[in-house]
Order: sequence, then C-alpha cells, then structure tokens
Amino acid sequence: MQARRLKSAMAIAAVAALAVGAAGCAKSDRDGDSGEAKTGGTFIFAGAGDPKNFDPIFNDDGESFRPVRQMFDTLVSHKPGTAELTGGLAESWEHDPTGKVWTFKLRQGVKFHDGTPFNAAAVCYNFDRWYNMQGAAAQANMIYYMDVFGGFAKNEAEGASESIYDKCEAKDDGTAVLSLKKYKGAFPGAFALTSLSIASPEALKKYDANTVKQNGDSFAYSAFANEHPVGTGPFTFGGWDKTKGEITLNRNPDYFGEKAKVDKMIIKIIKDENTRKQELRAGTVQGIDFPAPADTKALSDEGFQVIARPAFNILYLGINQKNPKLKDLRVRQAIAYALNRQQLAQTKGPTGAKVADEFMPDTVLGYAPDVQKYEYNPDKAKQLLKEAGAEGLTLNFYYPPDVSRPYMPNPQEIFTILANDLQAVGIKVNGVPRPWNGGFKDDVQTFGKQDLHILGWTGDYNDPGNFVGTFFGRGKAEFGDQGMTEMFDAIAKADGTVDDAGKKAAWEQVNRDIAAKWLPAVPVWHAPPAIVVTKDVEGLKASPLTDERFNTVSVKK
Amino acid sequence: MLRVIVRRLLQLVVTLIALSALIFVWLRNLPGGPVDALLGERATPETRALLTKALGYDQPILVQYGKFMQRILTGDFGNSIRTGDPVTEVISRAFPATVELALTAMLIAVGLGVPLGYLAARWRGRLLDHLTVVGTLLGVSIPIFFLGYLLKDVFTQNIHWFPPSGRVSIGLDNTNITGFFVLDSLLTREFDATADALWHLILPAFTLATIPLAVIVRMTRASVLDVLNEDYVRTAEAKGLRQRTVRGRHILRNALLPVVTTIGLQTGALLSGAVLTEKVYNWGGLGTLITDSITGSRDYPILQALILLSALVFVVVNLVVDLSYAFIDPRVRVR
Amino acid sequence: MTEPTTQAGAPAPRSSKEQASDAGRNRLSDRKKARLDELAQSTAAPGGVSLFRDAFRRLRRNPAAIVGAIIIALFVLVAIFAPLIAPHDPVQRFDALTDQLTPNNIAGPMDGFPLGSDELGRDLLSRLVYGSRQTLFVGVLATLIGLTIGVVLGAIAGAVGGWLDNILMRITDVMLALPALLLAITLVALASKSSQWTVIMAVAIVNVPIFARLLRGSMLAQRESDHVLAARALGVKQRSIVLRHMLPNAMTAVIVQATLTLSVAIIEAASLSFLGLGDPDRDRAEWGAMLGDAGVRYFEVRPELAYYPALAIIVVALGFTLFGEAMREAIDPKNRR
Repeated sequence: MQARRLKSAMAIAAVAALAVGAAGCAKSDRDGDSGEAKTGGTFIFAGAGDPKNFDPIFNDDGESFRPVRQMFDTLVSHKPGTAELTGGLAESWEHDPTGKVWTFKLRQGVKFHDGTPFNAAAVCYNFDRWYNMQGAAAQANMIYYMDVFGGFAKNEAEGASESIYDKCEAKDDGTAVLSLKKYKGAFPGAFALTSLSIASPEALKKYDANTVKQNGDSFAYSAFANEHPVGTGPFTFGGWDKTKGEITLNRNPDYFGEKAKVDKMIIKIIKDENTRKQELRAGTVQGIDFPAPADTKALSDEGFQVIARPAFNILYLGINQKNPKLKDLRVRQAIAYALNRQQLAQTKGPTGAKVADEFMPDTVLGYAPDVQKYEYNPDKAKQLLKEAGAEGLTLNFYYPPDVSRPYMPNPQEIFTILANDLQAVGIKVNGVPRPWNGGFKDDVQTFGKQDLHILGWTGDYNDPGNFVGTFFGRGKAEFGDQGMTEMFDAIAKADGTVDDAGKKAAWEQVNRDIAAKWLPAVPVWHAPPAIVVTKDVEGLKASPLTDERFNTVSVKK
Repeated sequence: MLRVIVRRLLQLVVTLIALSALIFVWLRNLPGGPVDALLGERATPETRALLTKALGYDQPILVQYGKFMQRILTGDFGNSIRTGDPVTEVISRAFPATVELALTAMLIAVGLGVPLGYLAARWRGRLLDHLTVVGTLLGVSIPIFFLGYLLKDVFTQNIHWFPPSGRVSIGLDNTNITGFFVLDSLLTREFDATADALWHLILPAFTLATIPLAVIVRMTRASVLDVLNEDYVRTAEAKGLRQRTVRGRHILRNALLPVVTTIGLQTGALLSGAVLTEKVYNWGGLGTLITDSITGSRDYPILQALILLSALVFVVVNLVVDLSYAFIDPRVRVR
Repeated sequence: MTEPTTQAGAPAPRSSKEQASDAGRNRLSDRKKARLDELAQSTAAPGGVSLFRDAFRRLRRNPAAIVGAIIIALFVLVAIFAPLIAPHDPVQRFDALTDQLTPNNIAGPMDGFPLGSDELGRDLLSRLVYGSRQTLFVGVLATLIGLTIGVVLGAIAGAVGGWLDNILMRITDVMLALPALLLAITLVALASKSSQWTVIMAVAIVNVPIFARLLRGSMLAQRESDHVLAARALGVKQRSIVLRHMLPNAMTAVIVQATLTLSVAIIEAASLSFLGLGDPDRDRAEWGAMLGDAGVRYFEVRPELAYYPALAIIVVALGFTLFGEAMREAIDPKNRR
C-alpha cells in the first residue's frame, strides 16, 4: 500500500520533470501497426540469451535450440505438451531384437526450405556428416552427439571411446536403416534430440557447414550455422540482427505439418529477467520464458497466461564420498533427514515445485512408486549422526551464486536454507560460493573438492539413462564414488536391457537401491519451469522438455 | 601539437602491450572459463578434454600469448566464445550504443547543469539555490542502479510513458548504417525511427546523467561564485557595463574553464554508470557486453579487447578535452 | 564568514590565475591529480595545532558539517550496539515468518517483527540494524586498505622522489585512468570468485591511486616548506623528518579524502552486488547486498526490501559527503582569511 502511494507521488513529481516524454508517447502504437497489415501477424517472444548459432549439431543449450526448433525437425518428435514420442520426419520406426538396427519409414513429399527433397539419402547424409566430422574444433562442439554416439570416425580427443555408430543406408527413398555397434537405452528417445535435427544436405554443402574454424582461443562457425540454416521446420530463417538482438523467423508456407498461424516470429533477446517481465506488461513482447518465481502470481493475476511446464528436471544435493565420514551411509541418511525440503519447495520453489524422492520425474519409465522416503526429521538425523560417531561434522558446501537454472532459480537462497537445516542438526557448514563458469563445475565435477554441493539437470529425452545413468552410471569426481561398482553395474545392466518390461523392472530396482542402499545424493525437488504469454496468444503447447514449436501459436488482434 | 599527439600514442601502445600480457596470462590461470561456459551441465571428462584441446588451452601459455599477439598485430582480436563472431564486430556493434547513451546523458547533464549551476549561484541563498544543492547531494548519494529501477518502474510500469528497455521498438525496420540509431534515421530521413530511438533513449539517458549532472551543477555554481567575487567582475560592473556583457564575457567564460575540466573528468564516471544503466535497461552496449563476458559466458577474447579499448578511449577523450581546453583559454598551451 | 549549507557540496574552486599558472598540467588525469594536489597543498602550510583548531572552529559553525556528523555518529553507534538494538538474531529464520513465505509473498510487519520478514523468513529490522555493522565494516575497511597502501606508496614517492617516484606515479596514472566501477568489476573478475573480501579489495584498490597521489603532493609541497627546512638544518634524520613532520601534516588531507571515499565505497559495494559480483553470503547482512540482490529481485513482491536499505545507504552516504565536504572547506587556506 505504502509502496503504491510512494510510486504515485513519484509519478507526479516525474510528470513535472519530464514533460519531454509526451512527445514520445505518440509513438507507442508504432510497432502494433506493422503486424496488423499482414494476415497472420507477428508473434514476438523474449528469449533470455544469445544463441550460439543455428546449426543444430553444434549446439547444446536452450537459447540456441529455441530458434533451431522452429526451423528444423527431428526423425522422432514429442507429442506436443508431453515427453512422449511420436512421429516426426519418420512416420514410424522399429528396431530388430538386438536393438542395433533401426529402420525409419520416412514421411513423403517433405521439402527442405531450399526446395530440395527430404528423403532417406538426406537422413543418411546427416548421420554420416556427424560421424565423419573432422577437426577438434568441430567435434568439441558436438556435445549431444558425443553423449549419444560416443565418438567419431576419427576421434580428435585422446582416450575418447569408439563410436557406436556403424552405418546408415538408404534402402529406398522412404526408408532409412541405421546400424549401431551396440544397443543403448537412449534410443529411440535420443532421435528426438534437437541437436540431431535433419538439415538440408545441399545447404550443408553449399554453405560449408562442417567448417568450424579455430581462431586462437575461440571458434568461428560456418555460413550455414550463421546465415543460412536450412531445415524442414514450420519457420524459415529471416535473419539475426545482432545489434538489436532480434532473430526473425518467417512462416514456411510449404511445411508438411500444421502450418504456422503467424506470418512472422521474432525472438527478442532480453537477458534481464525483470526486463522481460516489464516488456511483457508493456505489450511489446507476447511471450517470455522462465519468469522469476516471484513474478508468476502477479502476472497471472494481471491476466497473463502463466503456463507451468510439467517438471522434467531435478535439483539434488550431491554428497562426495571422498570424505571418509560421508562414506558412512548413516551420515548420508542423516543429511537427507535433516533437510526440510517441503519448506524449501514452499518458500523458494517455482509454483508447483514438488519434493523429489527419486532422481527422475515420475513420467519417466522406471520410476519406482515405493522407494524409501526421507521425511524431514531432525531428531532422527541427530540420532543417526550420533550412531555413526559423526557429531560435530564440518562440511564444505559448494554452490554457484551467480546463475539461474530452470531447476534452481536462486542457488544462493537454496544454499542458505539447506545450510540452515544442516546446522540445526549439528553439522557445521562451510559455504563455498564458486561462479558457475568460474570454477564451480570445475571444482565439483573435475576435482571433487566439495563435501556437499547443489546441482541439477533438465532431461533431454524420456529415458532413465538420461537422468540416473548420467549422474550415477560411472565413477565421477562429483560424488567421489569410484568404488561403488555395484551401482555402476546395476545401471549398466538396466541401460543395456532391450525389452521394455525388463527395462522398467531393472530401472525401478535401481531407483529403490539408490534411495535405500547407495544414497549418493539427496534429490531435492522437481521444479516446473514456466512460460508466460499474453491473453491474446492462443495455441501454445508448453513442453516439459521446453521443446515448444510455435507453429500452433496465433495472436488475437 | 603534432608531437604531443604522437608521443601520447606511443605511450599508449606501450601501456596496451603491457596490459594485454598481464590480462592474458591472468585470465588463463583462472579456474573455470570458456570451457565450462560452453559445456553447461553436460560436461564429461572427454568433452572437456576435447574442448580444451580445440581451444588451444593445452598449449604452453607463452605459445598461446605469442599466437595472440601475432593475431592482434594483424588486427584480429579473435572471436567471441559464445557466438563465434569476430570480437571487433561484436564491439563495434556495442560501441555506438554506449556512445549514443553516454553522449545524450552528457548533453542532458551539461544542458541542464550549467544553467542550473549558474542560476543557483546568481540567486545564491534563495529557494532554487537550496533545492539545487540538496538535489545535487542526493544525486551523488543514491545508487544509480536503484534510481534506474525506480524510474523504470514508475515510467514504464505505472504510467506508460516510456518503453522498459531496448534501443528501438521490437521489429522496427530501420536502416542501420553507423549503429547510431538516431543519426542513421536522420540521415535516411526515417523520422519516425528517430522519434522511436529518442523515445527509448530518454529514460536511460536521464538515469545515467544523474551523477554528472549533480557534479556539473556543483562545479558551475562554485565556479560562478568564485568569479563573481573577482575584482575584474566588480570593476566591470562598476564601469557600468551592460549586465549581459558582464555575464557573457566575464563571468560565464571564466567560470566555464573548471566546468569543462569537470566534464572531461566525468567521462570515466559516465562509463562506470553506463555499466549499471545498461543492465537496468537491457541496452546492448559495452557495459552489458563487459558484465556478460565476465559473469556469464566468460568470453575472454571480448574481455581482453574491451579492457584494451577502454584504456584507448580514455586517452583519446583526454586528448580531446585538452585540445578544447586550449581552445577556450588561449593562455593554455598544450605541451 | 563561512559558507552556509549551500556551499557544502562545492569543491574548492580555483581562480583563473591558478588555472593559468599550472596550465601545463592539462592532461585529464593530470587534472584529476591536480585536484588532489590542491587538497594536499592546503594542508602543507605549517600550522600545527592552530590550524586544527582553526579548522575545527569553522567546522563547528557549519550546519552541513553538524548534520553530517550527527548522521555518522548515529550510524556508528547503531553499528557498535547492534546486538543491543536488534530485536532478533539476524540469521535466524522464524516459523512465524517462513509460514507465510512463498516466492510470491513475503510477510509484512507483525507482532515482534516491526518491519516484517526478509526474503528468507528472517527479521528485516534486525538485519537492517546488523547491516550497519557490515556496511561500516566494508566501507571502513575498503577505505582503510586503500588509504594504507596509497599512503605508503605516496609517502615513498614523495619522500624518495626520483625514478621510484616516477614509476609509482605512472602506475597510479594508469589506475586513475580507468573508470572506477570498471576497474572494480575487472578486479572481481580477475579474482575469479566474489566474496566479501574481493569486494573490499576491489573498492580499496580503486582508491589506492587517489590516496597515493594525495600524499605525494602533500609531501612534495612540504619538502620545501620552512618547518622541514628548519628540521633539516637542525640535522634531524630524513626518516624522522618524514615520519614526525611531513606525514602528520599530510594526514589532514588524507582524512578528508577518506571521509568522502567512505560514501563512494558503500555505493560501489552495492553496485557490485547488483551486477552479481558482490558478497554471495546471504547470511551476512550488508545494506549494499540487501539492496542490490534481494531488494531488486523482490521489488514487486515487497519493495520495502529495497526501500529500507536504499534509504539507509543514501542517508549514510549523504552524511559522509556532507561532513567530508565541510572538512575540505574548513581546511581550505582560502577560507582562512
């Protein structure tokens, strides 16, 4: 109330001071005009950062993927609004009993933006391109490819594993057959990875896509990646005005699926969270991503559509067993009991945040309904610490103070609350803030300097291997659990199981054992990241994987 | 005069080389860095090793620096880690934005500050004088980012007079020649774009102008007061010269000297303020660039170039002020 | 007659004759230096006790100085007696406050918590009270460190002269040349991580060249002055001339500058917090961090989280500025008529 009054008082003062502004007011309807003239209008969405470039294979982050997803398609895609798989450029797919040979029946009559046809040869051209990529600079940028396929025809990195990719054959125009050297649980989900989007072979060749030039300590990407990305998607590339931070995408009238409702989409890059919100209110943008948890209620009260994506992520408190005290399961359990995660979710979680019991959301195959839970119980925590002889324990708690991730909107606050809880049961916490890109990941993941840390993950596709497998599938400095071979073996076995029922059972057991026997970390919460659009926007389907395609979106005028 | 300029430039080159070596070596010894920034959560030991190799970080530091200097001598400052754009391009995109903002702020500060300071001095002890003094004290005591936040909240959220951020309306189709949007649109006679750009400029420029404005008002006021007490002014007045002549020829001209100095001195403060103002208003200038390349993407090539550039800018501004100083006061000879 | 309040903000103006006399020194950084030298010279004249008394008398009559002094005194008192004044432990989270706490809601004033909750369910009033401590700590320490290094460098340069003086002054020139905040940002970045100490050091180092320049100017001015010449003639050792005679005289100017620096230091620490380069420890209550971090983040949920620390910063900065300017004026030889 008081704030209101102060604001209006200031407003009056300001009216006197800045009469100049009146001149500007007349201009405020300007941007509206340009959109109205066209039939479909323009949809303006605020992104949070610069994309790296537009070549799908060389990218691995959401800001780059947002425009890429509008211009490219993948073989397999997700049902809008879910993490379930459905046909993409391939209408159907099947694998042989070994899981090593995958046959894709391709959609017919699809054309790339440059008019060249999409067919099996184009698919195989893309797979071969990735596998045969040369040069450390190019390979180093193919994070997802490496994650899925392991290696290249000629690995630039010493000690890199052999690729599981064998070959891709175009049986006929509409059938592509992919052979792998080894089955991996990641498939078919991984075929839906935005990085593995199919690009026009002609354009790739013409614009020299494979050239990633290393210039001193940085890379320069090709003309394909910067100016001529050519895919099959609902939008074509219009341009990236880097001075203004605007990416323009034009409607693709020949799109095979649901054609875009708007004529043009602009992605405006606004790095500041608060400014994104203010632009939304000012009506200059029609949608924003990742609003601050503090703003969601106000925005929905004002009539904006705040859409919470189903949570497909996890925040966890990692425990490093390099510290002998933490090798004792009872101490790790004590830590789990000490945390009031319910209160944390209530006070600092984005709307809809849920306390996590497992390291993957319940929509993923292999989620066990009956794992051991650690309800908030400080007395039990104290007792366990006593039994383990670990009273007066002092732990180094690493956290990144300078970053905001969808699963971790404000690490400082999360750390402060968790540390508070731990102190309350007699564990002395020594907080160690390290910048996200300035030592946190290095210290935690490479050197394992920490006792405790907070970190998380947003899933890439619907597979337990992408969650649990990534965290605990092998010895990592992060958890200092080089010796937990039992866990590694169980996960490797689960990941290698081809049939669905066996796979499900194996992963469920893994989840149960993680909670009861291994507890390498404490799952904290699943936090649904929100996306906000004005009430004039219709047809947006928010995806748990943030895999939104804006072709279904229309803007009422 | 020419010798002075040449000597300054030589000094500059030496300083820049020393600075570049220091920054280069230091940055490469920091934990984390571009490798972390490029990999996100998905880092594995293999990808990390590969990227380290690809970026050339596995080579001895001297070799790296040698290559760096080699490239710099050919005018190549490397590429942005994040987008792969040449650093020179990235900076030349951001540079006009900051200059446009800073110039406008300086215009406001001088345009309002000198008359206000003069009036306050002439009407010393009256209401306007008191208000001015209190205002200037507040101006230097309020954290500028907070002022920006308040102004932005009031003028863009409560009363919708100004746009919350950016340099022009989104989707505006204006011609970009020099990167100075106001200038460009005037040149191409896209006057609606000029208005649009100005409309976006006002709030950030006023925010940025606060501190220089306060300082210039104070300086002008003090300087005019000082001159008013000088014998020659009294003489002039006693002689019965017309008041306008006295003011113009004697008071203002003499009082302006220290003010010009102050204006020059405020350039540094202006750049400091620009870092904060640009963050508040999502202004795609050098300030945003430097904080981003430090806190976010660890874009070391950009950072290196920016540090060198800021040293350069300062010396140039320095020189310009010196020359204008000599111009206003013929007694001053630039050595 | 001293100037009324209105003069408080104005730095000592220079007559055009003076301008012309040192017209050669017209490089920009030279001029920044020139202003410092001027302040330095103002204390160079021998006067000892009488000068202090004189200045103090002028100071006492200046309402600006009195207001400034009162603000500073209050601030320091609150900082010292924070544990007695604050109703609660500043880091304790209270159920009464956390119960209402959600990302969209922060509890306002209620029984026992006169200003309500902060962003983590702690007592805002207690944090503000304790905040004076940390703010004072950061401001004073940053200033003191800057002052100490600066004074040592300046004293060495001024006392020794020659090539050492030259080198030291070249270095301070470069540092003066960079915009203060940019220098601080760069320093924090170069430290690779931010902590309370990086903030203090960054703000301190920004001030080193100012103090160095100031002290050197004062020493140079004194080298030729009567009392130093007299001491030298009496055969007093160089070291003790510097320590006993030159340094104490120069300190007045240093103290004036330090007072002014304090307000800048507090604001700069807040700015660093706003840029995400401040002290990351959320348990520690410091006004700059409170404003620059939670203050702006929860501005819409509860603007008081920004208003209170902002107000505190503004008032305290104002206090130091008023008092500092008044002191500068009081020791200005031109006012000694």
